[in-house]
Amino acid sequence: MRPRENHRMAGGRLLRVELPSDPGMLCVVRGAIERLTEAFGFSEPEVRSVTRAVDEALTNIMRHSYGGALNRRIEVSCLRIAKKRAANGEGFEVRLVDYGPRIDPAKLRGRKLDEIKPGGLGLHFIRQSMDIVEFKRDRGANVLRLVKFLPQEGRQGN
Amino acid sequence: MLGGKPLQIATRGLGTTTVFDVTGDIDLAHSPEVRKALLTEIREKKTPKVVMNMVKVRYIDSSGVASLVEALKASRDAGTRFLLVGLSPAAREVLQLSRLLRIFETFDTEEAALAS
Repeated sequence: MRPRENHRMAGGRLLRVELPSDPGMLCVVRGAIERLTEAFGFSEPEVRSVTRAVDEALTNIMRHSYGGALNRRIEVSCLRIAKKRAANGEGFEVRLVDYGPRIDPAKLRGRKLDEIKPGGLGLHFIRQSMDIVEFKRDRGANVLRLVKFLPQEGRQGN
Repeated sequence: MLGGKPLQIATRGLGTTTVFDVTGDIDLAHSPEVRKALLTEIREKKTPKVVMNMVKVRYIDSSGVASLVEALKASRDAGTRFLLVGLSPAAREVLQLSRLLRIFETFDTEEAALAS
C-alpha cells in the first residue's frame, strides 16, 4: 500500500474525456481511473472501489440509456474537491453525462440482494463504493455525480 | 469493438471435467462470450464438472457476475457442478458485495478443485 502523503495533484478538474458508448472503451476508462485514483492517494481497495463504480455506471449508460448503440456520446469528468469545500476531507468526484432519454429515478434503486438471480447488481455496486451518488436531468442530459472522500488522517480506508 | 483487450477462453478436458482458463477482464464487452461458453458446456454437453479458472481474470463486473450466476443455476438444474478457482481480490470483492460468494464452490488452486 502506498503512503497517503504521496499524492500531490493540482486542484479542480483532473481529467475530461469523451468516449463512444462502445463497451470496448470500458477497459480504457478503467485504466485511467485506476491511475488517477492511485495518484490521488486512495488505498488499493479504494482504487478498486471507485474504478468499479465508474465502470458500472458507464455500463448502465451503454445498456440502458443508449440501448446498446455503440456510437453515442458519453462525457467523463474527474475533479478534485478541495478540503475546505468538503467536510469529510478531500474528495474525488466523477461526473458522467449522457444524452439518452430521461431516467426514471425510481429505477435507480437496484434489486434486493436476498434473491439469487443474475442481473441488477450494478447500482448496488455503485452505491456501496461511493460516498455520494447523485443523479439529475440537466438541459437534455443525464448527469450522474459520484464522489469518494479520502479517509481522514489516522482512519483506515474502506 | 474499440479499445478492449481480447478475452481469451481456453478449454481443457480432463476426463469428466472441463476446465476453462479465462484470461482478461470480464466486463460488458466480454461477458457474453463467457456466458455462451459456460452455458454450452453445462446445458448442451452436460459436463459433470465444470471448473472456471479465474487466476488470470483481474476484473469482473456485474454482467460477468450475472453470467457466473446463470452458469451455476444451469449446473444445479442439470445436476452437475460448477466451480470457481483462483479469485482475484477484485473478483472476490464483487462476489462478496453481491452476497453471492457463499453460493459458489470456490478453491484457491485447480488441484484442490479437481480433487473435490
